[in-house]
Amino acid sequence: MLLTISTTAPPATDLGFLLHKHPDRVQRFDRAFGTAHVFFPDAAPERCTAALLLEVDPVGLVRTRARNTPDFSLGQYVNDRPYAASSLLASAMAGVFRTAMRGRCDARPELAAAALPLEITLPSLPCRGGPERAERFFGPLGWDVTATTVPLDPAFPDWGDSRHLNLTLRGELRLADALNQLYVLLPVLDEAKHYWLAPDEVDKLLRAGTGWLTAHPERGPITRRYLNDRHTLVRTAFARLADTDDTTEETLDPTTLDEDPTPDDTAPTAAAAIGAPTDITPAPDAAAIAIAPGAPDTAAPDTAAPDTADAAAAADAAAPDDDEASGATDAAAVGAPADIAAAPGTALAAAIAPGAAVGAPDADAAAADADAAVPADIGAAASDAAPAADADAASDTGSASGAVGGVAGREVVAVSLAERRLGAVVAVLRREDAARVIDLGCGGGKLVARLLQDDFFTCVAATDVSWRALEAADRRLRRGRREGGRVADVFQSALTYADERYKGYDAAVLMEVIEHVDPPRLGAVEDVVFGDARPRVVVVTTPNAEYNVRYEGLTGFRHADHRFEWTRAEFAAWAGRVAAAHGYRVRFEGVGDDDERVGAPTQMGVFTR
Amino acid sequence: MSRELPIPANGLVVLVGVTGSGKSHFARRHFTPTQVVSSDACRALVGDDENDQSATADAFELLHHIVRTRLRRGLLTVVDATNVQPRARESLRALAREQDVLSCAIVLDVPREVAAARNAEGRRLPPHVVPRQHRELKRGLRSLHREFKRVHTLTDVAEIDAVTVRPERPWNDRRELTGPFDVIGDVHGCRAELVGLLGDLGYAVEHDALGRPAGARHPGGRTAVFVGDLVDRGPDTPGVLRLVMGMVAAGTALCVSGNHEAKLARVLRGRKARIAHGLAESLEQFAAEPAEFRAAALEFMDGLISHYVLDGGRLVVAHAGLKEAYHGRTSGRVRAFALYGDTTGETDAYGLPVRYPWANEYRGTATVVYGHTPVPRAEWINNTICLDTGVVFGGSLTALRYPEGELVARPAEKVWYEPVRPLESGGAMDARAPDRLTYDDVMRVGGVETRLLGRVALREENAMAALEVMSRFAIDPRWLVYLPPTMAPAATSARPGLLEHPAEAFAAYRSMGVDQVVCEEKHMGSRAVVVVTRDAAVAAARFGVDDGTTGAVHTRTGRPFFRDPATTEAVLDRVRAAADAAGLWDELDTGWLVLDAELLPWSLKARELIRVQYAATGAAARAALPAARDAVARAAARGLDVGGLAARVDARAANAARFRDAYARYCWDTDGLDGVRLAPFQILAAEGRTWAVAEDHRWHLERAARLAAADPSGLLAATASRVVDLADADAEDAATRWWEELTAGGGEGMVVKPLGPEPDGRRVQPGLKCRGREYLRIIYGPDYTEPEHLERLRARSLGRKRSLATREHALGIEALDRLTAGEPLWRRHQPVFATLALESEPVDPRL
Repeated sequence: MLLTISTTAPPATDLGFLLHKHPDRVQRFDRAFGTAHVFFPDAAPERCTAALLLEVDPVGLVRTRARNTPDFSLGQYVNDRPYAASSLLASAMAGVFRTAMRGRCDARPELAAAALPLEITLPSLPCRGGPERAERFFGPLGWDVTATTVPLDPAFPDWGDSRHLNLTLRGELRLADALNQLYVLLPVLDEAKHYWLAPDEVDKLLRAGTGWLTAHPERGPITRRYLNDRHTLVRTAFARLADTDDTTEETLDPTTLDEDPTPDDTAPTAAAAIGAPTDITPAPDAAAIAIAPGAPDTAAPDTAAPDTADAAAAADAAAPDDDEASGATDAAAVGAPADIAAAPGTALAAAIAPGAAVGAPDADAAAADADAAVPADIGAAASDAAPAADADAASDTGSASGAVGGVAGREVVAVSLAERRLGAVVAVLRREDAARVIDLGCGGGKLVARLLQDDFFTCVAATDVSWRALEAADRRLRRGRREGGRVADVFQSALTYADERYKGYDAAVLMEVIEHVDPPRLGAVEDVVFGDARPRVVVVTTPNAEYNVRYEGLTGFRHADHRFEWTRAEFAAWAGRVAAAHGYRVRFEGVGDDDERVGAPTQMGVFTR
Repeated sequence: MSRELPIPANGLVVLVGVTGSGKSHFARRHFTPTQVVSSDACRALVGDDENDQSATADAFELLHHIVRTRLRRGLLTVVDATNVQPRARESLRALAREQDVLSCAIVLDVPREVAAARNAEGRRLPPHVVPRQHRELKRGLRSLHREFKRVHTLTDVAEIDAVTVRPERPWNDRRELTGPFDVIGDVHGCRAELVGLLGDLGYAVEHDALGRPAGARHPGGRTAVFVGDLVDRGPDTPGVLRLVMGMVAAGTALCVSGNHEAKLARVLRGRKARIAHGLAESLEQFAAEPAEFRAAALEFMDGLISHYVLDGGRLVVAHAGLKEAYHGRTSGRVRAFALYGDTTGETDAYGLPVRYPWANEYRGTATVVYGHTPVPRAEWINNTICLDTGVVFGGSLTALRYPEGELVARPAEKVWYEPVRPLESGGAMDARAPDRLTYDDVMRVGGVETRLLGRVALREENAMAALEVMSRFAIDPRWLVYLPPTMAPAATSARPGLLEHPAEAFAAYRSMGVDQVVCEEKHMGSRAVVVVTRDAAVAAARFGVDDGTTGAVHTRTGRPFFRDPATTEAVLDRVRAAADAAGLWDELDTGWLVLDAELLPWSLKARELIRVQYAATGAAARAALPAARDAVARAAARGLDVGGLAARVDARAANAARFRDAYARYCWDTDGLDGVRLAPFQILAAEGRTWAVAEDHRWHLERAARLAAADPSGLLAATASRVVDLADADAEDAATRWWEELTAGGGEGMVVKPLGPEPDGRRVQPGLKCRGREYLRIIYGPDYTEPEHLERLRARSLGRKRSLATREHALGIEALDRLTAGEPLWRRHQPVFATLALESEPVDPRL
């Protein structure tokens, strides 16, 4: 709610000229969400302070919001917006200091162009990531950052600190730059905006970022967060940033994964590593081609936007399913090599594709991207190296074939665990001669999409309890349904309720599902799957808890929604009991690199009768 | 006396006759319009012209659909079409077979000239049509008798008008018999045990001249019903038959056929069969009987039908059980199901066929009683029960008293016959899953019938949301017997500075005709439902839970309160001990209780919410407002006119401090159960009784107070309350002052409820909450008390919330009623699931 700007450049009162506000007046500006006041607590020649105080109308804020407001907290009467320095303040600032932000000052043009000693205070800045992130974002811009955390409640010390910082910035900068930096960084640090992104959001960012954003070491995260991780917008912004500033390389920030946490050979690292090969035939036009798929989106953001929003929503819904999270990694790994392979040397594409894919929190959006990007790339690269890889195969499933094809088979791409799991399940289904398969707990439908690429499988079905996950699966499977008629059904169901629709398949797959079931409810799932549906084959995969020690920094379970993770002995005991009770035999396989001491990261039980 | 045509009362009547033979006239005369499905009418429906022959195919598709639907629903259906071609009749007979009902044909074979003349008058089909139909009819007449069990042929125009039709119910339909009944399980020649059991049941056994039991009669007029398998394996098959035949002949018993009677009868008639499963013993025993008895026994067994529908359709008895679609139906496969059951096609470890577990899927309203498969104990599965407790194998002979539901068992005198599969192995029952819920149970119902409110409808999208929550987060449905309803606030107060005040609640109930209300302190913790059993044995017997848990403590959305099951059990231990000490088990004659309660502190369950939303807001305010105040003060000190800004910033700071105090009041640290409080305020249900609607709130609060007093651990807390006579202004003032005291310090406020119990018919809100001014800062924000905000907030709409509260209340009581009535899990689960589904209806969450 409060921003103060002070300067000590004599005569300090010239600050009034720069801000186009008279130091001896108290001005008010009515905004949609409340009233902004500008006044000068200090106005002496040696020090002058301007204050922007925003009185937010909390009731109006709630009442005027639609139910699906982008910043959830705005739908609540209890929220920090009336007190915090959020996008509301940034927006008020942009209105009240519009001219100053453009660096225009007819009365003191030399002052507007000069770096001045400035001190800026934001007593309550919501900043996810704490003082370190404030330092990381403001420090490189020349600010001396003083940030102290605000405890949540002094009476409850064990609740810890709030995400609010009491922030003071000191430095010699152009006032316009300072204001523009705040305008961009307030919502970025808060990771929230009170309004839907408009089509001109990229323009706004580039305008406010002129002169400082492209050189900022955190420009990647800043851009992505400013654009709410909205994929097509982020990509456009990267492209235009690169164009305007001759950037040669984009730094990626490591993405934390829900599963397969950070061993050296996991996907994002692999993508980054492949991002720099130099020995591949240049394809000069590829840069343009790689961006092209994004272009229609950018040209018509209104139509593109809902789709992306949907995809993001689907990802949210699917988030508990760790496959979605790792799915994003897959897509990143695959999308990236393909793109890069097509356009080496043009760091532009390297900057765009991996950034986009990793930034996207969901597999679907990433896959959709790959859909668009890969055919063009492969087309470009096909002339020399790539076998006629099926574009679908590359984009949709994250199958390594497209990527490897793209790099002329020379690179051995580290395959993610999720990918290996898919492969293992498909292989076991083939071995058991199970051509009719139902995926119980299908999430975004990766397994079923994969099965549809293999003519061996004549009939596949997918079910999940999460409606939004199903929508993503349905989108993914729509093509298969249209063409082959091999998709029997995609439907909502719950594994604790017996269901006639589970019957009639050779095999049921529960891939990374049981660990999402509360132990007291597992009995019901067993009864429904093994007692009632009773397919000839049941394939169950679940994490091997023993392997968790191999994930550096992992505390607790691999996913927040896991209700348990079993050792190999625990899994074997459970599987043995279930098999005996329902007349099945069971055998076990590990998926992923088998560690001598702790086994493979994923364990798989194959039940047959 | 005119001729009578017997027809199947719930079956198919096929009229056969050429155009103009008077079928429609006949149909109109003898049947109601809805019973008759006419091809002409169907042609008109799909073609606007009953003579439009191009519409014939579509018309017959429609006709078949109507016929199938009516037959499935058990309705007499008459098809008015020429039906002169065998193919046309065959498709209709197939429909009857498909629905397992009888069919008969009525042929109107009028003279050709009569038909032709009628056609010429009215219809004007081409003149060659009638003769062709006539030829087809004549040709088909010969085969008609092979097609239908019963064919009535009417050739005389006068006779056609003179006959009457007489609907005959199937033999299995004895719904007019209302009992009371004693249904008796498989006897298998164990005469001594049968005589003993009949004695236990209160029957006086009668003897023949040789002193052999040959009949029995209950002084209270009860009727015995035998589920079949009277014969084979045991020591005295003829003796059992003599007794039962006597009872059936005297009208004191009914008996359905078992598979053993069917086979024994076949063999006695001289057919070849494999002599096994105790048949040899029977034949040997029969050999010693005189020929007349053998003949009488054969006739008796031959005449046994496969199942009975009794007591207005509420009771079905069949030897191997019967799925709902077959109740009261007649066909070969119905008989086969009733006698032999269905098998899965698999065999078990003993080589015996694995029975298809039809009872798991049974969702019918009729009670189905059966035998056939020996079980260690007679147990209910979805309103069905198997009474074959293997007396011949050394188990017992069991009877079910209907409608009392009481089981009476007579132990075997000895092991008469060694079982292939040990009786206790329960092998045949491996597939039994009495508590298996299905998707259709919750998703294909569209609504739940409630006693208080009739049908409460469910929207599909809400059910879909509930399915996800229920399957991913809720506790075991066997413990999840109830979800508390939401509660609406009293009407918005117009008093200055207030949104809610007790006066509106009192006024509301007064206007609804309620005389007395109870005001209960609101604790501001988290709503908790506690299910507690006296011990694990009760948990297993009454709730079907045998994993050692003895109850549950769950939230208003069905989630467990404590992640660690040991903590839940620790809470249950203390509640159980308090119930022991308070003497509640005996007083309520129960082994289990369902309690409605509040669990404190709020921070126990809501800590993350408090941190992320409430404390964060307080922290932001605490950081920002002093700085803002300082900036404004400095500007003012410079002589600037800051107007009302300083005062407004001060007010915000004061409000933020009050807000912080409001939430902090409900937060305190706990360690294990230390610091945790559980405040019960209602005993929702116990064995056999939904106390929630049986007693007034004084009764409930008195027992809750006794529980709290009986708990030395300090976990259980009492709920302060007072009863207000709404005609007494002083009492109302006193209650209002009490509310003011409760809320002045930030207390949540109180709930006002009709003292109860309310008559079923009166639709009043089950409760109205009156929340305190300070507490509501947590709901509406720190500054809501500022006049400009309050004015806008007063425009809140309560209708949806009230409607929701009423519907959820009805569902809650329904859930408790179904629990106390001992209904199957799928029935108990439906209202609970529906409550969760309603909770996803969009309603202002601040109400």
